[in-house]
Amino acid sequence: MEGFMYPNEVELQWSVLIVLYPFLTGLVAGAFILASLERVFRVEEVKPTYRLALLTALAFLIVAPMPLQLHLGHPERSLEMYLTPHRASAMAMFGFVYMWYLMAVLLLEIWLDYRRDIVLMAQASTGAKRLLYKLLSLGSDNISEGALRVDDRAGWIITLIGIPSAFMLHGYVGFIFGSVKANPWWSTPLMPVVFLFSAMVSGIALVLLMYMVTSLLRRAPIDMRCLDTIAKYLFYTFVIDFTMEMLDLIHRIYEADESFRSLDFMVHTRLFLSQIVLQIFVGTLAPLALLALTQLMKFPEIVRKRMYAVAATLTIIGIFAMRWNVVIGGQLFSKSFLGYTTYKLEFITREGLLPAIVLMILPFFILYVLIKVLPPWHGENTGATPAETD
Amino acid sequence: MNLTRRQVLLLLPAAAAAWEFVKAGTPDQAPNYSMDEHWWGMLLDITKCIGCGSCVRACATENDVPDGYFRTWVEQYHREDWHIEAPVVSSPDGGKNGFPPGKVAGGKNFFVPKMCNHCVDSPCTQVCPVGATYHTADGVVLVDYEYCLGCRYCIQACPYGCRFFHPTKHTADKCTLCYHRISKGLTTACCENCPTGARQLADLKNPKDPIHEFLKTHTVQVLKPHLATGSKMFYNGLDGSVR
Amino acid sequence: MSGRFKDSAHLIRVAAVFLLGAVVFVALRAAVIPKSFGQFGPYRGKALLEMQARPVKFAGHDVCEGCHPDVAETKAKGVHAHVNCETCHGAQAKHADDPATVKPVLPEVAKLCVRCHSENIAKPNGFPQVNAAEHSGGQDCKTCHQPHSPGFGSGGKK
Repeated sequence: MEGFMYPNEVELQWSVLIVLYPFLTGLVAGAFILASLERVFRVEEVKPTYRLALLTALAFLIVAPMPLQLHLGHPERSLEMYLTPHRASAMAMFGFVYMWYLMAVLLLEIWLDYRRDIVLMAQASTGAKRLLYKLLSLGSDNISEGALRVDDRAGWIITLIGIPSAFMLHGYVGFIFGSVKANPWWSTPLMPVVFLFSAMVSGIALVLLMYMVTSLLRRAPIDMRCLDTIAKYLFYTFVIDFTMEMLDLIHRIYEADESFRSLDFMVHTRLFLSQIVLQIFVGTLAPLALLALTQLMKFPEIVRKRMYAVAATLTIIGIFAMRWNVVIGGQLFSKSFLGYTTYKLEFITREGLLPAIVLMILPFFILYVLIKVLPPWHGENTGATPAETD
Repeated sequence: MNLTRRQVLLLLPAAAAAWEFVKAGTPDQAPNYSMDEHWWGMLLDITKCIGCGSCVRACATENDVPDGYFRTWVEQYHREDWHIEAPVVSSPDGGKNGFPPGKVAGGKNFFVPKMCNHCVDSPCTQVCPVGATYHTADGVVLVDYEYCLGCRYCIQACPYGCRFFHPTKHTADKCTLCYHRISKGLTTACCENCPTGARQLADLKNPKDPIHEFLKTHTVQVLKPHLATGSKMFYNGLDGSVR
Repeated sequence: MSGRFKDSAHLIRVAAVFLLGAVVFVALRAAVIPKSFGQFGPYRGKALLEMQARPVKFAGHDVCEGCHPDVAETKAKGVHAHVNCETCHGAQAKHADDPATVKPVLPEVAKLCVRCHSENIAKPNGFPQVNAAEHSGGQDCKTCHQPHSPGFGSGGKK
């Protein structure tokens, strides 16, 4: 500890697990927005990634509550948030936003898009697999033209509702921080906006990477028109995100309120590596420069692929650093503005680095299972006849 | 309070009668206590605080506060001349064992006792997702240890740093204004043990409470008024450098 | 018409699943939410009553003075008139309950007095403060000061 802190402030309350949570939900929101680009805004260039984006969102959404559960003092009481939610609390209302998004949007949309394949796979398989697909089909086997048209229409409506829902999913997380007037690092109306746009950036970058990696693993050709389009949207979204963050920063520096000196010192010392180096230079300026280059100049395909892959990876690192800087940074300085503390990140404890790493890897395992059960690509040994070419 | 023998003789049966309700170690409801008749606050007099830490120790004893965590604490301030935005502050172990003899002479030096402000518009109760921290009808903010999830949102939301995460209960915890004492007609442990009267419990709904007169004749402040928390801890003689 | 309905039938199955979930949720609420929740406000009413019922550790000076009027009288005459008994003697509710069996332990005078009276720049002007080592030349405070009425020269006696 340095300087003066209120005695109860020295220990950090929210650990790396709480950094992980907005990171994971951000990826969900971002992946979904990319998927909805095709569905609602008819950006059909990104269609090859539609199903992959949805499954990625689902995999990460399933894991998202886990860091929270690990962090709670009494995880066995977590159901109370649904039973006696305190309506004034953003955290309580978020439980319902999460549930709504999972059930009414994501699961429903995936189901509607895959329904035909599920029914066909149920018919083509035996034993336990057949039972699984039968269950997933909810017992209905109607895949006539009419039914599929109904599905398409319903899916369109769901996606339409889904876009503001995805915005809420992550905007709410931003609000959970942004509405805390006690903490000047968090308290700003820009927080939900910054969180949302950085979520979109990280989600789009993730789907871009997933598309490249899964294509490589499947030895399938990458649709460059798709990849270029994703990269374009990544660039534009990133520009907006960067603008928002710079606006917050410039505003703080200019107004220089009572918290400014303390926060400024914190950024230049405790948060130098994670904020200035990782978030700003490595995680924002570098990928932005790479992406800008690809938009301004024509590079051969192989070079573009490399640039996109590097940009997307750096982006994801940068967005993680941003979550770290918000959550951990907000607890490193005293609310008296007279002192600082340090975050002791341990390795093998309930809220340590090891569980955080496990939780970051887990969604990929879940995604693997999801891809096996609900293959995003047609013609892949499931007995499903390719209805459309990807 | 100068007691004559006569007063003592009158006090004895009253104390004995009151004590029936207050028996140590025998958890009992507070009879004859109606929440609607009270609105609790406290007067903290900076001009009287000597930084002895008796309040911190008494609170820890009365409420089984674990070592290293504080339901109340005392800070020592040094304001150098006109540098009101950069005081030098210290609180060794929350002031639990007093303060070392001060060496920094010059400027203005004083002690500030801190605690939960039992805010009327408390940000902590606003953010609790399940209703595990709440306002009572008599103006006290409490925590339900059987219901709290331990999410720590309330600890983040408190601008005064008065909440902490209890290391064994695994719930949020904080000053309860000795609710178990004040509902039985006693004063809080900190007020009882303050040797100079720097801390005094106040029932703002009681017209006979001396705080009303005090508030008329003295200049008082609350901490962080710009956050409009509705704090009911009134500080007499609070310097502008206090955070 | 019926063809249209037939083609939407699977959506009804979905709606049924959601409805089932809602029913389970409502039933769960009725079963699990504590009965006293909402009694006084949006919280568990029993919690408030439990808080009121906690045992008391400090008896309070009224109770002390009830049994020890002689000390109360001595104290009332001196500058420690407003220093309550348990500030120095510690929490004595157990003693007040059972004075015969539970005896208070007398405080370590030197350590105790010094906590309030050792000089510190932040203490209010006019508050009696001394440099403990220089003040008494190593003698115990009680040699010259009787704690209940500590005017100089009162020490040595009870």
